Amino acid sequence: MMPRLSASFVIGAALSAIILLAALVSLFWTPYDYAALDIAARLLPPTPSHWFGTDHLGRDVLSMVMAGARNSIAVAIVAVCIGMGLGVPLGLLAAAQRGWAEESLMRVNDLVFAFPALIMAILITAVFGPGAINAIIAIGIFNIPVFARLSRGAALSLWTRDYVLAARLSAKRPLQISLEHILPNITGLLIVQGTIQFSMGIIAEAGLSYVGLGAQPPNPSWGRMLFEAQTMASFAPWLALFPGFAILFSVLGLNLLGDGLRDLFDPKSRRGVA
Amino acid sequence: MVSRVSRVLVLLILPILLAACGQSAPREGVVLGMQLEPPGLDPTSGAAGAIDGVVYGNVFEGLTRIHQDGSVQPALARSWTISADGLEYVFHLQPDVRFHDGSLFDASDVKFSLERASAPQSTNAQKGLFVPIEAVEILDPLNVKVVLKYPAGDFLFNMGWGDAVMVDPLSAPHNGTIPVGTGPFRFVDWHKGYAITLQRHDAYWGAPAKSAQIQFVFITDPAAAYAAVLAGDVDGFSAYPAPENLPAFEVDPRFEVVIGATEGETILAINNARAPFGNLLVRRAIAHAINRQEIIDGAMFGRGIPIGSHFSPAHRAYEDLTGMYAYDPSRARVLLAQAGYPDGFTASLKLPPPSYARRGGEILAAQLAKVGITLRIENMEWAQWLDQVFTNKDYDLSIVSHTEPMDIGIYGRDDYYFQYKSAAFKTLMDRLALTNDAAEREAILRVAQRQIAEDSVNGFLFQFAKIGVWDKRLKGMWTDAPIQGENLSEVYFER
Repeated sequence: MMPRLSASFVIGAALSAIILLAALVSLFWTPYDYAALDIAARLLPPTPSHWFGTDHLGRDVLSMVMAGARNSIAVAIVAVCIGMGLGVPLGLLAAAQRGWAEESLMRVNDLVFAFPALIMAILITAVFGPGAINAIIAIGIFNIPVFARLSRGAALSLWTRDYVLAARLSAKRPLQISLEHILPNITGLLIVQGTIQFSMGIIAEAGLSYVGLGAQPPNPSWGRMLFEAQTMASFAPWLALFPGFAILFSVLGLNLLGDGLRDLFDPKSRRGVA
Repeated sequence: MVSRVSRVLVLLILPILLAACGQSAPREGVVLGMQLEPPGLDPTSGAAGAIDGVVYGNVFEGLTRIHQDGSVQPALARSWTISADGLEYVFHLQPDVRFHDGSLFDASDVKFSLERASAPQSTNAQKGLFVPIEAVEILDPLNVKVVLKYPAGDFLFNMGWGDAVMVDPLSAPHNGTIPVGTGPFRFVDWHKGYAITLQRHDAYWGAPAKSAQIQFVFITDPAAAYAAVLAGDVDGFSAYPAPENLPAFEVDPRFEVVIGATEGETILAINNARAPFGNLLVRRAIAHAINRQEIIDGAMFGRGIPIGSHFSPAHRAYEDLTGMYAYDPSRARVLLAQAGYPDGFTASLKLPPPSYARRGGEILAAQLAKVGITLRIENMEWAQWLDQVFTNKDYDLSIVSHTEPMDIGIYGRDDYYFQYKSAAFKTLMDRLALTNDAAEREAILRVAQRQIAEDSVNGFLFQFAKIGVWDKRLKGMWTDAPIQGENLSEVYFER
């Protein structure tokens, strides 16, 4: 029987789906060209023709928020993929090998983990120049230790299981065991963590764009929209509200979705269930 | 035991809480906001306008001073006589003038200051001001004769620049951190990254400053500037950084918004030495593709006057050349096709931090896109901009405001970052330097404006407005900014 879907899963999935849908739709349609300036129509409040109003250069805010979703999601997805793609193999390797390999891998991990991610991201983009690609790399690098630690910890507990012991007795090599027995059993955990890291990637991208190190104009980005709205918040609050809500809802949605997924994958941790 | 610890904690925390709750003590003097912090405080060895913004006319004074209407007035020289051939200036100095450290100001300081600024190893940012000087002779402690190589029509005006202030041989090497001048205020302290404090110099030789203290507080972020003015943390900004907030201040009875003129020509700087910008047709095409009013409305919320050349509309010799290349995208495309770029091209646009550049850059990129020119926008910090664009000329296009007064001469400098090389223009500047007659100078300036407009050296956008925002009770602030920096001795807070 399928477990009952929790409320947080439903709300989270719905919010995430809306944002994802907005990003997908923006690929081939936005109400207006998000980069088209119309100085004469600047700072219009939300109206039926411009649902989210227009900014100080007359661009349609709804179109910018939609295209910004695309940018945020693309950066966050690739960053999570970098983190998973490098972190998980490292974690599995550490758990399979133990000894000095594990020690050195995990200590390097700790080293990377010890730096505040956003500060290092600022450093990387400052050295290699601002732009979406460098933002992705910077955020991705700091996802690596998260996934490495997680997969190592989970794998270690699995290595003591009977089925793993059986596999070892049948002379399977550690690498094979990691791929065939360990990895499938930690997938649920990784998906949950991936969702959380995804939302953190969106925040990190917004933060980098806010300080001018993310996507460069005319490519829209939520963080830069917030930055530009700052001095105008007193008389054009819609400029700050809509990208702000976009960040809020996508991060909230992804976190709720992550919670819901954890409940799904790990019924024991579900509240109310003994 | 526990109660004793908690009692100690309360004793420790209570004063902090009380201090936080208590009303802030009434402020002394005037607190002014500034967007940029100066890199040093020596106006004779730095180009940053923020240096003059703090010390010019306040800490340091020159032989002459530029009044807010742009006229030349006596300062440390109470009067002067000029020989008939315009080659000899005798300055009669103010008697009994002392530097803030107590040393006497006399003719030897004039000789020292001028010779120091014009020396080959001088680090003065405006060495051009001192080029005409042949020799400085001390006649007696209060009279000094400056002999020129050729008649220099604007010599008295130039001696009023912040770069030509009088310094003392003893304190000159330390003026970058502890400025010692003769002005109405003396330097007190500098909290790096926060504020510079000046105090009224009671032994000032002239009319004493009206305020006991002036503090400059540095607020880089325009949003923070807005909050600081609203909250009364600063009494005002002489140059307020966010024009979008002006309507809010204009309807607020507590504040006064004063829009004046500056000498800031805001331009789209073009690297004339780089392909395809070496081609005059390309530069003219860019000029036709620029819609100035749109940039002024979008980037400056309407505050700014369109210009067609590198010259202040406030000046007598101004020639309105905005019609020379009117906004005409189809004409721009024709010119691009003639130049061999029927499909346009791609170039980079490097932008410094101020909002006029960042916003103006986005608008400009959209305007040029309409004629097929794709601009890659690169935002950078000031230090990076000065290094890459200004010093190393590693750029295609940029947007910046040139705030020096009467700086059309930069177009005659081969090494300047526009990389515009014109023998004809240099000849014009040489003639200007030799001309004393006002009408003739005006005529030359008009020809010069026309030439750089015809050559479309840069994209000429708009004259920067001086946007003053301050508390209604703050009196004596300048409306216009004829030079970088303003004299604050008349400024006071009415209580």
